[in-house]
Amino acid sequence: MFGLQKKDTNLLLIVIALTMLAPFILNPFPTDSGLAQFNAGYPDLMQRFVIFGIFAIGFNILFGLTGYLSFGHAAFLGVGSYSAVWMFKLLSMNILPAIILSVVIAGLFSLLIGWISLRRTGIYFSILTLAFAQMSFALAYSVLTPITNGETGLQITLDDPRILGISQTADGSIPVTNLFGMEMRATTDLALGAWSFTFSMGYYVCAVLMILAFYMSIRIFRSPFGMMLRAIKSNQTRMNYTGLNPKPYTLAAFVISGMYAGLAGGLMASMDPLAGAERMQWTASGEVVLMTILGGAGTLIGPVLGAGMIKYFENIFSKINDNVLHTWFSFMPDGLENLMVGILHPFVGKGWHLTLGIIFMLVVAFLPGGLVEGGQRIGRMFGRKKPTDDTSAKTEPAE
Amino acid sequence: MGILEVKDVGKRFGGLKALSDVNLSVAENTCHAIIGPNGAGKSTLLNCLVGKLIPDTGSVMFDGQSVLGRSPHEINQMGISRVFQTPEIFSDLSVMENMMIPLFARRDGAYRLHAYHSVLSEAELVTKAEQMLADVNMLDKRNMHTASMSRGDKRRLEMAMCLIQEPKLLLLDEPTAGMARADTNNTIDLLKQIKDSRNITIAIIEHDMHVVFSLADRITVLAQGTPLVEDVPEKIKGHPKVKEAYLGETAHA
Ligand SMILES: Nc1ncnc2c1ncn2[C@@H]1O[C@H](COP(=O)(O)OP(=O)(O)OP(=O)(O)O)[C@@H](O)[C@H]1O
Ligand SMILES: [Mg+2]
Repeated sequence: MFGLQKKDTNLLLIVIALTMLAPFILNPFPTDSGLAQFNAGYPDLMQRFVIFGIFAIGFNILFGLTGYLSFGHAAFLGVGSYSAVWMFKLLSMNILPAIILSVVIAGLFSLLIGWISLRRTGIYFSILTLAFAQMSFALAYSVLTPITNGETGLQITLDDPRILGISQTADGSIPVTNLFGMEMRATTDLALGAWSFTFSMGYYVCAVLMILAFYMSIRIFRSPFGMMLRAIKSNQTRMNYTGLNPKPYTLAAFVISGMYAGLAGGLMASMDPLAGAERMQWTASGEVVLMTILGGAGTLIGPVLGAGMIKYFENIFSKINDNVLHTWFSFMPDGLENLMVGILHPFVGKGWHLTLGIIFMLVVAFLPGGLVEGGQRIGRMFGRKKPTDDTSAKTEPAE
Repeated sequence: MGILEVKDVGKRFGGLKALSDVNLSVAENTCHAIIGPNGAGKSTLLNCLVGKLIPDTGSVMFDGQSVLGRSPHEINQMGISRVFQTPEIFSDLSVMENMMIPLFARRDGAYRLHAYHSVLSEAELVTKAEQMLADVNMLDKRNMHTASMSRGDKRRLEMAMCLIQEPKLLLLDEPTAGMARADTNNTIDLLKQIKDSRNITIAIIEHDMHVVFSLADRITVLAQGTPLVEDVPEKIKGHPKVKEAYLGETAHA
């Protein structure tokens, strides 16, 4: 189906099902229960899951296939966001032109940076991309203030021209982002007994685009182009003496992953129409590296899992403060309760980075294939032939 | 005028004269062997032919065009394929994928972006790759990962990858080193058969005299970076200078 092998079709169908049913899957706990704070099914977070999923899928096309580790991909995400907000200011609040411009500008920008950075390999390539991204960040933060609005960040205002739309609504407020009239912030609530589920327009737009992005990445992985990228990672010498020029292949992968980042940035701005320089900072570039490695670099589904995991930690774990811990352990005698809270305190709330760091270390040390490898091992333990989230890098073109 | 013309080539590494005044002419559709003691400069000479090294002096013409200043992939696209002294293959890829890459390179040139269709849908290329694998007795290993293969298998695979490109000139740097006797004989048979059935010129570096005398139409003896003699195999066998070169080496060792 869809021109894919059976295994890939199954994987795609699973991803479609999971993303479409995410509002249910991510809200497993009744609204009033103590566990409700582990629910991740609210629009803002679900949107972030799929947007960062797109970012990581794209990053994996470069890093997972060619092994070139870019430390500057947040720059393309940031450029995408700025482009989208400018479209909202100048053209209209429709997200379609905004997203198209995000992808195009991010593509051009990555062509320039990739063309220069790919003169080097290994650590020098990484440093070059990092330097470019930090330069972009500095430019956005100060020098280019007329375009980026500096530290405040770029926002839409009541007196933006919006030549194809309206500057302000009838009641004098700022119009909202929409797709041909369907507002991104629109939500529908569904209450089922003690449970409540929220369906957000914005989430479904992002989810559909992520599915498309995922489908494109499967096609790239299985194509001659994808095979060439893996060959580059494997042995550039042989590649050269086989009559192939690795440079344009790597550059194409770089630009494609830059365009994915631009799409993610454009979507971010479409959900919440502002763009700030901090989106381009090196921590943001590092985050997508972590997502990809955590999930499993070079696997199809790994980056999406990694993105989900990190965003879940960032948004859910970080909210568990001492008060919450005290309510959890309130059944214990006071001394013991305080002890438990004291032990857990560094790992939750503001300390979520610590927990994530430990998990990351464990994964890299014991599961070099990331969460996907973990899943495969569990699958094998239960004697199944192969888990469905199997990947790609290992598939051979047999008949 | 041969398909490969090497004129007055010299190459130094710092103070070491690795090659000096090398002249070599390889006629089309022949097999030319280059022999000589260790460190004679044989691999260095090949490196100068494929763009890995640029000679300090002299010229290298292939098929009427200079190869100097061209990058390795351009030289390969001119029709020269090379097997390395230590096998260079794609060790993260399967045997079959290793075969598909040179096929794509031959069909599509140095760069073509096919990002949408599956590798598996290239039925014609897949069939070709399978035939070649059958020729080198590796069809049963088609889905194997190459990292775990024996050195001999890696060499056979590398040779198959070069042969499938149907090059005009095939350069072999000790293709049978590390192979079992039986595999060596298979390789000789394969090369003989390819030489007879296709238009191909072969330049081979080899220490195994059995291989050299089974295949070569002409032999050049290289010692200390300079050709000592060049002649047909029968004349080389008992040549005093050759004995001297090799005995000299043994004396050093
Ligand atoms: N890149 C290099 N840098 C410096 N010296 C080199 C380099 N490549 C080769 N040499 C030196 O040049 C000389 C010729 O080396 P080469 O590898 O061509 O010999 P060879 O005839 O192929 O020997 P063998 O039979 O051992 O493969 C040797 O002394 C070697 O140490
Ligand atoms: Mg050598």
